Amino acid sequence: MPNSRIITRWLVAVVTGGALLAGAVQAQAKPPECIAPAKPGGGYDLTCRLAANGLQEAKLIDEPMMVSYMPGGIGAVAYNHLTGVRDDDPNLIVAASTGAALNLALGKFGQQHKVDDVRWLGALGVDYGAVVVRKDAPWNNLDELMKAMKKDPSSVVIGAGGTIGSQDWMKAALMAKADDVDPRKLRYVSFEGGGEALAALLGEHIQVFTGDLAELKPQLDSGEIRILAALSEERMGGPYADIPTAKEQGYDVEWPIWRGYYMGPNVSDEAYQQWADRLRELNETESFKKLREGRGLFPMSKFGDDFHQYVKQQVADFEQLAKEVGLTQ
Amino acid sequence: MFDFLIQGFGVALTPLNLGLAFLGALLGTLFGALPGIGPINGIAILMPLAYTLGLPAESALILLAGIYTGSEYGGRMSSILLNVPGDAGAVMTTLDGHPLAKKGLAGPALGLSAVSSFIGATVAIVGLTLFAPLLAVVAVKFGPAEFFALMIFAFASMSAMMGKDPLKTLIGAVLGVLISTVGVDSGTGVLRFTFDMPELYDGIDFVVMIIGLFAVSEILLMLEHAFRHDQDGEMAPIGRVMVKMSEVMYCKWAILRSSVIGFVIGVLPGTGASVASAVAYTTEKRISDRDNTFGTGDMRGLAAPEAANNASAAGSFVPMLTLGIPGSGTTAILLGALMLYNINPGPMMFREQPVVVGGLIASLYIGNVMLLLLNLPLAGVFARVLQVPRWILVPSVAILAFVGVYQLHSDLMAIYLMLVIGVFGYLLRKFGFSLAPVVLGFVLGGLMEENLRRALSISGGDVAILFQSGLSIGLWIAAALVVLVPMFAGKLKAKFLPAKAT
Repeated sequence: MPNSRIITRWLVAVVTGGALLAGAVQAQAKPPECIAPAKPGGGYDLTCRLAANGLQEAKLIDEPMMVSYMPGGIGAVAYNHLTGVRDDDPNLIVAASTGAALNLALGKFGQQHKVDDVRWLGALGVDYGAVVVRKDAPWNNLDELMKAMKKDPSSVVIGAGGTIGSQDWMKAALMAKADDVDPRKLRYVSFEGGGEALAALLGEHIQVFTGDLAELKPQLDSGEIRILAALSEERMGGPYADIPTAKEQGYDVEWPIWRGYYMGPNVSDEAYQQWADRLRELNETESFKKLREGRGLFPMSKFGDDFHQYVKQQVADFEQLAKEVGLTQ
Repeated sequence: MFDFLIQGFGVALTPLNLGLAFLGALLGTLFGALPGIGPINGIAILMPLAYTLGLPAESALILLAGIYTGSEYGGRMSSILLNVPGDAGAVMTTLDGHPLAKKGLAGPALGLSAVSSFIGATVAIVGLTLFAPLLAVVAVKFGPAEFFALMIFAFASMSAMMGKDPLKTLIGAVLGVLISTVGVDSGTGVLRFTFDMPELYDGIDFVVMIIGLFAVSEILLMLEHAFRHDQDGEMAPIGRVMVKMSEVMYCKWAILRSSVIGFVIGVLPGTGASVASAVAYTTEKRISDRDNTFGTGDMRGLAAPEAANNASAAGSFVPMLTLGIPGSGTTAILLGALMLYNINPGPMMFREQPVVVGGLIASLYIGNVMLLLLNLPLAGVFARVLQVPRWILVPSVAILAFVGVYQLHSDLMAIYLMLVIGVFGYLLRKFGFSLAPVVLGFVLGGLMEENLRRALSISGGDVAILFQSGLSIGLWIAAALVVLVPMFAGKLKAKFLPAKAT
């Protein structure tokens, strides 16, 4: 008998423990919530945590912000959820990025979903595309690389962390297009995330990696890689001051990757405005500036309707681009 | 040269960090033991907590790494006791672990697997300490072509598992490969078998697959028996509780070989505990299963995958700490956790953040000892779980798994999918298929396809790339050997043995 009592105790402990853990995560009452439309650990997770940790440190929210996950359809599942189910939750924001705008433009969120179906709230930071090669690569600047590509598009192996049609591919495709090379002729290899693509670059399996600028800081510091061009409007400061933009090398390509949020379509103007103000205020605090820098993001100050119009314009631009590079008819 | 380690032990041995390492080990064991909550969810749950509590970076990392390594220990429990893998790395553990429990050796099985986990992790942590920067250089040499050859080798080794019914093993593996093709095609972005359901774009989640295939099908089988009033599989007897030293010694070579295999596979970016334990198990079966006892409760068949999955967990820290590239899904999350602390792991980390790196490695040593001390006595306690009737146990575990999966997806579709896969698993079992090849096909098939496609897009369609490097040629030869040698060995035996016997 004592045996079975021990077991009962253990079982009770294990089951209660498990239930409590699950319950704690599941509790869906009032606290502010950020949905990362992906599995834990990815870029969207970090975008949510940027808001959650920043807002909490700056004491702009009373209760800690909860981060939950809704993977599926590269963000489509969460988009569906916000337009259909929790469309008026005043305490819910969803992480998004340039990738979401691109998917909307390509119709990957479902043809019925348009950019105006949600309320775009604001962006807390932005990163920029970068053209990266190994330190011993034969090309010293973007022009040399582009000339080699122009001569024979299949002679250069480009890789990145996304499929054809993803934003990593778009960076490469836009570079090609800027020099009148057919993006479809590129020799493009897709990896599972930027990390694997970077490993392939270091291991000499690919020659060019179209990544994101700030992600590459550790490898840049160690001298393993060279960044031929930043796909930003103008040169970035600090450790990136020596990296020329594509534009100044004669190739008019920009690829900002913003990190922001949207809310449900039926959220009241009041709640929407309150959140926009909150983010605007957060953006100015010193503690957040440090957080953003650590996360490797550059400032981007677009909130509320300003940001909504920005995303709308971007989606329209992407629709145009998608046609030009032959992704859609 | 090892200043960072000495410094690290100084950090790890402070009372706070020791406590956190223990907490991590305990929670990790629990997370691992509960199917549906693996290391990834465990870390995701605790990451914000660590940050909110204002723990310094090295303390947070010590806690989270404890959860990671602990869950590789914990995953074996439900594999052995219930035939339901606790996490991805513990699938192969069911093959010999559960039969041992059925024989009344649950206690020794849990004890032995704790010891082999300990040895596997120790080998890997020592490897990490001594060779990390060197290994990182070799790891990146592993490109798509080499990964493809590695997967071919893994599939070839699987032929060792074919056992009584080779055809069914083959069909099972092919079904697994088929399931792995669901989702957005990694090369072209084309949707495959998604039936316009965005929930399927990302493919079928590993946890959903495992819980459905093992736990749900198990419940269905029990329902069937209950309906027919069968006296379903009498409660397993509780034999002795502790593992004997002689049993550990019996497995020593299996453990050591598998530790090395697990470590090496863990170091490679993109492959994790599931591949490591699969390769270790099949290799061990090839090498030492002379009497065909693997799969029926052979101690070595239990020790091998357990040593390997723990070794691979420690191994996956190598690319993370030296290159800033995650070696597994879980280290990808740890990488994210570090970024919250404004630390960018990468080639400079050993120099710029010696306290963090040293503290982490030192805490891996300490955590590993704690896990052994925690898990050996627990073996006896947990073995008694078997005295609870299975009709209570398995559904309880399944409910926990459902909650865990729902928490991760916030979406009912994942639950439905799990149920559908459960029915599928039930049918497979009724037709006499073994589930392990299906899971292996699912894991290896996806990796194999992706890497083949990558290799071919690198070469522009030229197949020669698959045989270009020494590494891949070596793997191809090894793959050919594991298939051919037993075939000829059989003939040779037939030729020589009778002669000797007479």
